[in-house]
Amino acid sequence: MAAHAQEHTSHTKLIWKVFIILSVITIVEVILGIIKPDSLHLTTILGTSPLNIIFLVLTLVKAYYITWFFMHMADETKSLRRSVVWTAVFLVIYLATLLLIEGSYLNDVLGPLVKWNY
Amino acid sequence: MDATIATKSSEQTWGGGNNKPLGASYGKMMMWFFILSDALTFSGFLGAYGLMRFKFIDSWPIADEVFTHFPFMHGVHAPMYYVALMTFILIFSSVTMVLAVDAGHQLKKGKVTFYMFLTIIGGIIFLGSQAWEWKNFINGSYGALQLNDGKIIQFVDASGHQVALESFAKSSHSERTQHTKSKGLWFVEEAALPAYSVNEVIAGFEAHPEITIRTEKLNTETKTKTIVPREQAMSYLNEAKAVVVGANLKVNEYGNTLFADFFFFITGFHGFHVLSGVVINIIIFFNVIIGTYEKRKSYEMVEKVGLYWHFVDLVWVFVFTFFYLV
Repeated sequence: MAAHAQEHTSHTKLIWKVFIILSVITIVEVILGIIKPDSLHLTTILGTSPLNIIFLVLTLVKAYYITWFFMHMADETKSLRRSVVWTAVFLVIYLATLLLIEGSYLNDVLGPLVKWNY
Repeated sequence: MDATIATKSSEQTWGGGNNKPLGASYGKMMMWFFILSDALTFSGFLGAYGLMRFKFIDSWPIADEVFTHFPFMHGVHAPMYYVALMTFILIFSSVTMVLAVDAGHQLKKGKVTFYMFLTIIGGIIFLGSQAWEWKNFINGSYGALQLNDGKIIQFVDASGHQVALESFAKSSHSERTQHTKSKGLWFVEEAALPAYSVNEVIAGFEAHPEITIRTEKLNTETKTKTIVPREQAMSYLNEAKAVVVGANLKVNEYGNTLFADFFFFITGFHGFHVLSGVVINIIIFFNVIIGTYEKRKSYEMVEKVGLYWHFVDLVWVFVFTFFYLV
């Protein structure tokens, strides 16, 4: 991509644009986190509440903007980008999937054994 | 094929030779791979947090009830606001960092100096904010009782809001004092005693008919903690073994101790990254001032510490989501 064009031209406009995007996403997250609308918070979709899915997606969008435009990943070669991003994405999804499945299993097995009335 | 292999060169050994693998300089490429490995470390921590959270999914503390403080607003229930402020501080210091990198590309020494200075200030403010957050968490807000099996019992008023122990506990003049080495066995130590004993809390509970208790157990329909009717409360309180105020690695007034353990460990590890980022930024800041990169005609060092700084911001985005939002 425009790896060498940046030597002289300034990217200030793009930087402030990304800052505004990140701020708006954070504000949306905070507002949703404070209000917690019942329709999103107390319903279930894909094993969790729609609110949690929204938070997760917004977080990944933020991570994308930080990596691509603040860390200039967009300007690196395709091979560097893939060797860093794909490695991380694959290993994190792999680890998270196994750990969360095992966590649910522990809850299924141990949860009924916990006494809550005295 | 834009990937190449490094070859030996007599002049630039540290620079990784004349061929640039993956089209990046040696230092920048290595910073990327360091960041990759550090990201996996944080993933391991957050993954372990997720495992324990799923294990105790029906009794995990509710973050909105734990982090409710805001500076100069004492006693006001203000969940999320403070951590949102911290997030903005870190994002903004990321912006000033990327502006410094941008100014570096144009070889504008003055601008680089100014933006790096702002970045360092932002990092220091963030560290201070985190210290304040820790202080509130360690000191606690309401206090609770711990039962013999380790579960936490909190006190609520008729409207279901938590009440602080000091608002109802009856102080009786007990003879019990903190054990110190000078008062008895020299090899036995004891932590400072809480302001109220278990018996004083229970006596106060009996004297205040409007108060009842709640357990850690979550009601899955409403996602709130289960409130126990006052008539049944005494059978719980008879099991009480200790008064808990605040949180530490052994006990946590907000519920599961693992919540406190992971909070201290993960935000502490992140805070240590911020601290080292600030130190590295300060070193590079002085290098900019004395003109090291001006002579080199390249501000790539600023870009490399910038990568690290943005990574710290990136990790915070995830910590924010998993500790405060989800």
